[in-house]
Amino acid sequence: MSLPIWTGALEQGLLWGAMILGVYLTFRILNFPDLTVDGSFTLGAAVAARLILGGSDPWLATMAAVLAGATAGLVTGLLHTQLKIDPLLSGILAMIALYSVNLRIMGTANLSLLRVDTIFTSISDFTGLSDSALALGGAVSLLVVVGLYFFLQTEVGLGVRATGDNPQMIRSLGVNTNTTKIIGLALSNALVAVSGSLVGQYQSFADVGMGIGMIVVGLASVIIGEVLVRTPTIIRALVAALVGSIIYRVVIAGVLQLGMPATDLKLLTAAIVTVALAFPVFRARFRKFPVSRERSGQSA
Amino acid sequence: MLEIKNVTKVFHPGDINEKIALRDLSLHLAPGEVVAVIGSNGAGKTTLLNAVAGVFQIDGGQMLIEGQEVGRKPEHVRAAYIGRVFQDPNLGTAATMTIEENLAMALQRGKPLRLRRGTARSKRELFRERLAPLGLGLENRLTSKVGLLSGGQRQALTVLMATIARPKLLLLDEHTAALDPKTAAVVLELTTRIIADGKLTTLMVTHNMEQALAVGTRTIMMHEGRIILDISGPERARLEIPDLLKMFEQASGKALNTDRLLLAQ
Repeated sequence: MSLPIWTGALEQGLLWGAMILGVYLTFRILNFPDLTVDGSFTLGAAVAARLILGGSDPWLATMAAVLAGATAGLVTGLLHTQLKIDPLLSGILAMIALYSVNLRIMGTANLSLLRVDTIFTSISDFTGLSDSALALGGAVSLLVVVGLYFFLQTEVGLGVRATGDNPQMIRSLGVNTNTTKIIGLALSNALVAVSGSLVGQYQSFADVGMGIGMIVVGLASVIIGEVLVRTPTIIRALVAALVGSIIYRVVIAGVLQLGMPATDLKLLTAAIVTVALAFPVFRARFRKFPVSRERSGQSA
Repeated sequence: MLEIKNVTKVFHPGDINEKIALRDLSLHLAPGEVVAVIGSNGAGKTTLLNAVAGVFQIDGGQMLIEGQEVGRKPEHVRAAYIGRVFQDPNLGTAATMTIEENLAMALQRGKPLRLRRGTARSKRELFRERLAPLGLGLENRLTSKVGLLSGGQRQALTVLMATIARPKLLLLDEHTAALDPKTAAVVLELTTRIIADGKLTTLMVTHNMEQALAVGTRTIMMHEGRIILDISGPERARLEIPDLLKMFEQASGKALNTDRLLLAQ
């Protein structure tokens, strides 16, 4: 197996990193299983691609993608908090609505970004680096990790974390949990959209189906990260999500190398998440055997 | 201070499960008054506290705090001036967050959240100062996660969190009932000390008759959504638990559902 495959996996892990951190923010911090992600990832790519093809500066186009993602999160938040729709269903509604919105934005199912300036070519032009994806992915991931680390310790950040941990308690301290939920969802989907816009520019196209299953990819990465990196502190949990993102891409690159058809990837991803989620059940089952009970007794 | 005027609350109206939890209930608390609320299961004690806190909307009547109508305000708005401690120690604190983070949120009670560091060094001094008198050593564990604490430690922390921003009103909902007797006594002692120091107007629901007579200056007894007894002053000072049981029987025409009440002694 050649080196480029692994640097490719690292690049992808970093470019998708913001999305994974967004999923971490909703699933783990806010305790809100937000399925908007599938739509807002594509939304980021679609907005950036459309604006770039319309002649906008790629950096401004990427900023616009961030705002679009935040708006998508806002809509999900309003569906849930104002119309009292269940979190899962709010996300599904936003996701399915975004499918049409994304087609509207792109005007077609697929937009090519070949031979146009993207933020990757602009970095290459500026620095002379031939491969700017690693640098840009790394820089964005670092920025997001550091930004979230500080944000989650601000008063607003504490409010968002407490909303996920114990909504009754934080309401009894005078915080409007509707607001904190909306803030968390908007921030999360902004991160997802920035990742989508980066990925779209990286692979030189935006496709209406590129977000399908992103939520499962996000979950798989978050779980892989948590298994590999113990996460007693916020900073470790954030780094773990990023590590999970990279390891997930390495695993994918590995199985593709071994000859697995690319069309089976979503099945594999779903299997990874299933195994990870079922892990506590299996562990409890195996505990019932006397041998493992002895072992656990010895280790204790 | 707190004025409850003819408040009614009906759960599941028109349903087969319809339950009138509060019936035209009126109660007035003077500033600094500490009132113990007692009554059998389903008497409406917790409903009364939740109605004051704004957990749900009341169906009729008025609720005033310092003369200001709050009956229609949402829970998080009222929380700006109401401190609460729940029966379950897990409900009053955020387990995945540190002691200082929990206290920082409590200190911010009712103030708008800003994009400023929640746990500034200047606040840490205050937290240590307020944690030390609890005698639990928590002042040296500011960065420990609350989930690592015992139920008693968590409840003591919750009492501190409920009072650190000096609320106008403190609501205690059987806040020692889930603790072992020794821990319960420690938490209760600490609570009464904080109430006395801060001269906090307090409404305390309890299942413990001894507590109901010992804590505060006034005892009210509820039955089927009404206040059936309201005792204070010298009359209350002379009262013993059997007297209280007898008074309940006379007022309600029923024997008090006492299993838990007696066990709680």
